[in-house]
Amino acid sequence: MQLSFKNGAVQTLAQLPAGAQAYLQRLDLPEEISQRLMELGFLPGAAVVAAGSAPGGDPRIFRVDGSEIALRRDTASHLYISSQPLPESDQL
Amino acid sequence: MSDSGSCHGAAPQTGNRKAGHYVALVGPPNAGKSTLFNRLTGLRQKVANFPGVTVEHHVGRVKDAAGRDLFVIDLPGIYSLTPRSEDEQVTHNVLTGVEPSLGLPDGVILILDSTNLQRHLVLAAPVLALGLPTLVVLNMADDLAARGGKVDPAALAREIGAPVALISAATGDGVERVVQFLHGTGARPVAPQPRVELPVLPNLPARRRWAGKVGLQAGYTAPAPPEWTRRLDALFLHPVCGPLVFLLVVLAVFQGIFTGAQPLMDAVEALVAGSGEQIGQLLPVGMLRSLVVEGVWGGVGSVVVFLPQILLLFLFLGILEDSGYLARAAVIADRTMSRVGLQGKAFIPLLSAYACAVPAIMATRTIEDKRDRLATVLIAPFMTCSARLPVYTLLIAAFVPNTPLLGQFLGLQAAVLLGLYLLGFAAAVGTALLLRSSVLRHAKTTFVMELPAYRRPSLRSLLLRLIDRAVVFLQRAGTVILLVSVLLWILAHLPYKDGKAPPLEESIAGQIGRAVEPAIQPLGFNWKIGIGLITSLAAREVIVGTLGTIYGIENAEQDSPPLIESLRKDLTPGGAFALMIFFAFAMQCFSTVAIVRRELGSWIWPAAQFVYMGGLAYLGALAANQIWLRLR
Repeated sequence: MQLSFKNGAVQTLAQLPAGAQAYLQRLDLPEEISQRLMELGFLPGAAVVAAGSAPGGDPRIFRVDGSEIALRRDTASHLYISSQPLPESDQL
Repeated sequence: MSDSGSCHGAAPQTGNRKAGHYVALVGPPNAGKSTLFNRLTGLRQKVANFPGVTVEHHVGRVKDAAGRDLFVIDLPGIYSLTPRSEDEQVTHNVLTGVEPSLGLPDGVILILDSTNLQRHLVLAAPVLALGLPTLVVLNMADDLAARGGKVDPAALAREIGAPVALISAATGDGVERVVQFLHGTGARPVAPQPRVELPVLPNLPARRRWAGKVGLQAGYTAPAPPEWTRRLDALFLHPVCGPLVFLLVVLAVFQGIFTGAQPLMDAVEALVAGSGEQIGQLLPVGMLRSLVVEGVWGGVGSVVVFLPQILLLFLFLGILEDSGYLARAAVIADRTMSRVGLQGKAFIPLLSAYACAVPAIMATRTIEDKRDRLATVLIAPFMTCSARLPVYTLLIAAFVPNTPLLGQFLGLQAAVLLGLYLLGFAAAVGTALLLRSSVLRHAKTTFVMELPAYRRPSLRSLLLRLIDRAVVFLQRAGTVILLVSVLLWILAHLPYKDGKAPPLEESIAGQIGRAVEPAIQPLGFNWKIGIGLITSLAAREVIVGTLGTIYGIENAEQDSPPLIESLRKDLTPGGAFALMIFFAFAMQCFSTVAIVRRELGSWIWPAAQFVYMGGLAYLGALAANQIWLRLR
């Protein structure tokens, strides 16, 4: 599921290979879930590292803001990322 | 009740505007809130519910400087003060003084994990903005130091305008600062720091930016990643080793509660039998002696015997939870759970349901999705709760030889027990699938789970929890089971014939048993078991007490043989297995029915659940006995 933005290919967290880092751009999820994710550190601009996964490969585990959070691939595919940090004004 | 430090002292009373001073303990999940609470209050704590809501919390008692009682309320773990979940609503209500039974707290202890300070500080902003005297506790100081992180509590205090204590609740380091704060509360207003105007923080990103800045000002250096946790996760979440460890853990728990508890149970049994005899000798031969020895001691005693086993189960669950493994287990289980339309978070309530369905159903509140939660509540009573354990243990001990299967590791008795656990699990899975394809059909479930660093479980916390459980269990033995035992004894001795009690068969209890016998005969049960099935509608383990009383009365003339011997004479192996299967499925527990009603807010669900589980129990038992009869 690749979306094209003007500055190149934008991927989702679900596609981030293990060990790689990316910056969260936006959460495309219902208010309730995105609020919970933001409380856990998934804020726009946050650096996210893909760690391991459960034995079957799903859910995956992400390192964000000092903790490890497990998310299903399905949920992660609604978190849009970019390889570059957000512009200074939007950063944490 | 006196002030001698008993377990269940007075607590802030419902109805009163406020009984005594109290301090609210708040913090995010995994910050070590319960560990600190246990350290502060020890045995002077009890579980309570706010009126009208079901969020369970602990209330503990400490003394303030003036020697007055001060209550500490351990509120549910929350990530934010925005009232969305029921947990957050309760915390919000207490902190804003809306909770009618309490009034505004005299102080707040906000506990945060110092190894993840900046994210946790996000919660500090709205809590401090309430303007209550607040102590910010930075917990896990030992972890922080060990992993090379640091923070300057004094600088942080200046930044946020509230006192800050860097402590380790697990080792007790710095806890005296918290005690000092408690002593100050109520005695005098706590305002050692000049109040700092906190910026208005409208949303989460703004709060996180504020937390980052404050952390920086306080000289916060984040600790290195938890190496041990990563190493252990590489093993526990490994594609091959992970599921293997998972299975080994489950197996070890079962073998442990079966063989590990045996010597303790033998000891308790000997104690109960011995004391019953002693008491019997003190009483004159007659009705009173019969009531005490056969009714009360036979009934209550046969249930108390299972205390060691139940405590061992809670001990294992406690270790798994406190060490952090349970969160990994939920992640491993999620994929499988999603196949039956549930999610990994349901794994924890369902695993707790192996101890007791009541706290399990309350624990489903962590599941945000309403349908997920409903499905979990409806299947939780299929999990083999500890009240089934006495029934299973009794029947297995009576009918299954302990042949070794895998050498020392697994015997036939433990294997049968494991099979019964799997049977309950299979019924739960089948029911979940049924619900998902019918009434609870919907698109998707989600799963979000924080994985805390692994930690050595605190012996103190484990022990306190076991004492808590033992008290609850003994209270039940002392109330429900005592009552049923006495009632049963009376029914078994009436109506009087020629001035003495009739034979058991002709008593009221016997007649009731006789009346249901035609319905249960195809299952291989006689009228005595029938009496047990009726009394165990109150709670499953009551059947053991009931059979203890019945056989005690029946064999009163002779030296009464142990319950096991009497059962062997009265049940065929087919009937015994049918009885085990009946107990695996049936919803014989008033408390569960009541909690489902309270949590789901309607009688329809618990009623449907009761009928469904009862029907399944009858058919399952029927099938077991009929198959045995054909194969014999």
